[in-house]
Amino acid sequence: MTPLDRALINGLQGGFPVCDRPFAEIAKQFGSDETTIISRIAALQEDGVISRFGPLYNTEMLGGAVTLAAIAVPEERFDEVADIVNGFDEVAHNYKRHDRLNMWFVILAQSQDALFDVIAHIRTATGLDVLNFPKEQEYFLELRLEVPDDQF
Amino acid sequence: MTSSDTVDEIDHALIRATQNGLPLTPHPYRDIGLGIGLGPDDVEQRLQRLQDIGVIRRIGIIPNHYRLGYRANGMSVWDVTDDRVDNLGFQIGALHFVSHCYRRPRHLPDWPFNLFAMIHATTRDEIDTRIADIASILGKECRSHRVLFSEKILKKTGLRLPKPKRCGARPCSD
Repeated sequence: MTPLDRALINGLQGGFPVCDRPFAEIAKQFGSDETTIISRIAALQEDGVISRFGPLYNTEMLGGAVTLAAIAVPEERFDEVADIVNGFDEVAHNYKRHDRLNMWFVILAQSQDALFDVIAHIRTATGLDVLNFPKEQEYFLELRLEVPDDQF
Repeated sequence: MTSSDTVDEIDHALIRATQNGLPLTPHPYRDIGLGIGLGPDDVEQRLQRLQDIGVIRRIGIIPNHYRLGYRANGMSVWDVTDDRVDNLGFQIGALHFVSHCYRRPRHLPDWPFNLFAMIHATTRDEIDTRIADIASILGKECRSHRVLFSEKILKKTGLRLPKPKRCGARPCSD
């Protein structure tokens, strides 16, 4: 990772300008040029260091419903249940976590009703209880992580 | 262009055209507009407005935290006194190492935890230090806590926007 890559990742997790030549605009800020900025962002994206480049939408403001749900899956059924849960398009993220509640996933649906339908269908398909942890209050939602000093 | 907080059909077309990201070209907004029949000024004004009303949280790089070296990811959960949880939740959310912080329902008796704080760190030792920081802020208002480390990512798609039509609750193949 070059010093420019690091500066871009740390400095461009927001605030990308909305104007005719935005990459040329930020090139000035980073002491570079438009072509270099574009090619570095493309390379970081190609490399998987950047998951995405663009607007981050607040899906709930667009009428979507989101929740976090969890299942206590018997270890011997873990892979089978993961396949069932992951088979739903509405399941966006799914993590195995070290706990009795060992499967935690985010459901993103068109509406609250659709979201409850997904939970009900997962219960039926797995025969396991699905605990619903809807957000009641948001205290913070940001993911602006700096490149750690000892990396790269 | 509309000036209210409503998101119209053209906005939705613009959102769909940008949900996988911006093109890495000298004129990304002009190129987005070409695909949906909008002029560059209209694209820029609409994106600016969507940002002003909060539909767009921000525009920029979304890093893959794992690839940046944040390989320890702990979901910390805390059982905090109900009438103190909001005040304390905002304090915890303001800590620089906390990426998401929410109040969520308890599921008694097995799950007494109502405050969830996601911590990203490079090592598990670093997470232990962060947990101690949070515990000292919560003090006697917290009865117990737990840290759920992630063992495996089972699925991770980009957060896609709600589908334009309801597809029912069966797994969809489209």
